Amino acid sequence: MTSIIRFENVTKRFGALTVLDNFNFEVQRGEKVTLIGPSGSGKSTVLRILMTLEPFQEGLLEIDGISYHEPNGRGPFKASEKHLHKIRSNVGMVFQSFNLFPHMTVLRNIVEAPVAVLKMKRDEAESRATELLRMVDLYDKKDHFPSQLSGGQQQRVAIARALAMRPRVLLFDEPTSALDPQLVGEVLGVIRNLAQEHDLTMLLVTHEMRFAREVSDRVCFFDKGRIVEQGGPEQFFSNPQQPRTREFLSSFLGEQAPSRESLRRVQ
Amino acid sequence: MMYGYTWDTSTPLTFALSILPILGIGLLVTLKAAAVGYAIALVLGLVLALLCRSKSRLISWTVTGFTEFVRDTPLLVQLFFLYYVLPEFGIVLPAFMTGALALGLQYSAYTSEVYRGGIGAIPRGQWEAATALNLTRLQVYRDIVVPQMIPRIVPALGNYLISMLKETPVLSVVTVLDMLGLANMIGERTFEYLVPLSMVGLIFLPMTFICSALVYMIERALPKSGIPLR
Repeated sequence: MTSIIRFENVTKRFGALTVLDNFNFEVQRGEKVTLIGPSGSGKSTVLRILMTLEPFQEGLLEIDGISYHEPNGRGPFKASEKHLHKIRSNVGMVFQSFNLFPHMTVLRNIVEAPVAVLKMKRDEAESRATELLRMVDLYDKKDHFPSQLSGGQQQRVAIARALAMRPRVLLFDEPTSALDPQLVGEVLGVIRNLAQEHDLTMLLVTHEMRFAREVSDRVCFFDKGRIVEQGGPEQFFSNPQQPRTREFLSSFLGEQAPSRESLRRVQ
Repeated sequence: MMYGYTWDTSTPLTFALSILPILGIGLLVTLKAAAVGYAIALVLGLVLALLCRSKSRLISWTVTGFTEFVRDTPLLVQLFFLYYVLPEFGIVLPAFMTGALALGLQYSAYTSEVYRGGIGAIPRGQWEAATALNLTRLQVYRDIVVPQMIPRIVPALGNYLISMLKETPVLSVVTVLDMLGLANMIGERTFEYLVPLSMVGLIFLPMTFICSALVYMIERALPKSGIPLR
């Protein structure tokens, strides 16, 4: 296996605050990695840097062997718009707040980028969108506007929209955090199915520990801009090594304990 | 008599009817000034709003300073400035163009704020989603920003059209013969101001009314499904 993503000594600062400090991280092609940790620990920042939503100041970041920075790149991203375009063509992202375009129907939301960016013919893009909508079980909502859908349905559309661009790396930034508890399951179900896809590399920031354990090949625990501990899900959850990890997991499971139902649903 | 027109001052009604054709000429000038001024305001306002979002501080600050300056100084002062001071720098524009330009400049400062608000109303998340989908900046404006912005800004832009229409009479102070300019001239010739000035006011009434109705109809007709309009 070869790594598709490689962070080498990446440092990211917001003003005086250092979010990632000499950060090293590699992801193999097709690997499903879950990032967990307290808020502000830098896990979402890793996704946002990968999606070029945030620049980073120092270090090297490569996707599929292409560096994010260009040798003579200018601006905060140290790269031309054209280069960023090339980088982004590998990556897709699903956001916590769905971010569907409210003035477009579900179908238009999915068709928009393939037509505008990939220059796909409209009917071709629509038949592909139809396929994706069937996959997320929302074909009957194709002519609805996002505001007419539940949060869970909107998030499933957002996943279909990201997939329509055929990314090789798909990033999920707390995809179920904005959802009512009874809607979490349907979204996790879609993600679980996606995790079966062999070629797709997935990075998932989540607080659904049970789900993380179930779908990921590797779990990484973040604290203060570093990966404190990582490993296969079985080993990670049943026998965490670091005190900080144990503390986090126990506080987390303590919090989750009352909602047994949500755990059962995830199973 | 003026431009070969005669008028009959025997009764207010006959007087009013006899000056109507002349005021009609003025009305055309008024409408033309409003149209040209509004076109300038719509285009220049958009340019200013976009420049204001520039990543270069120099550009965005200059533009902010310019719009703030224009908004905070009286239209009449700007008009006199353009009409009397620009020629000293060798820029001589016809009175009508100077007037339309002054209106357009003043209102572009207002419309730029409207556009700015309209663009700002697009949540950050949508920009990020657009970036994640690899849309270019132009595509984002064309397909995401503008379609959502239009129904939000049309009411405010419509108000400025009506407001500008009502301000066109200031052009008469730089010798533009709009309705007010002509009515004033008729008054000077006949020493009868009541009728011509009342007529000007009366003619404005249906014009602004029609404008409001038009704006309202456009507002109603715009596609706005799914767009949250607060």
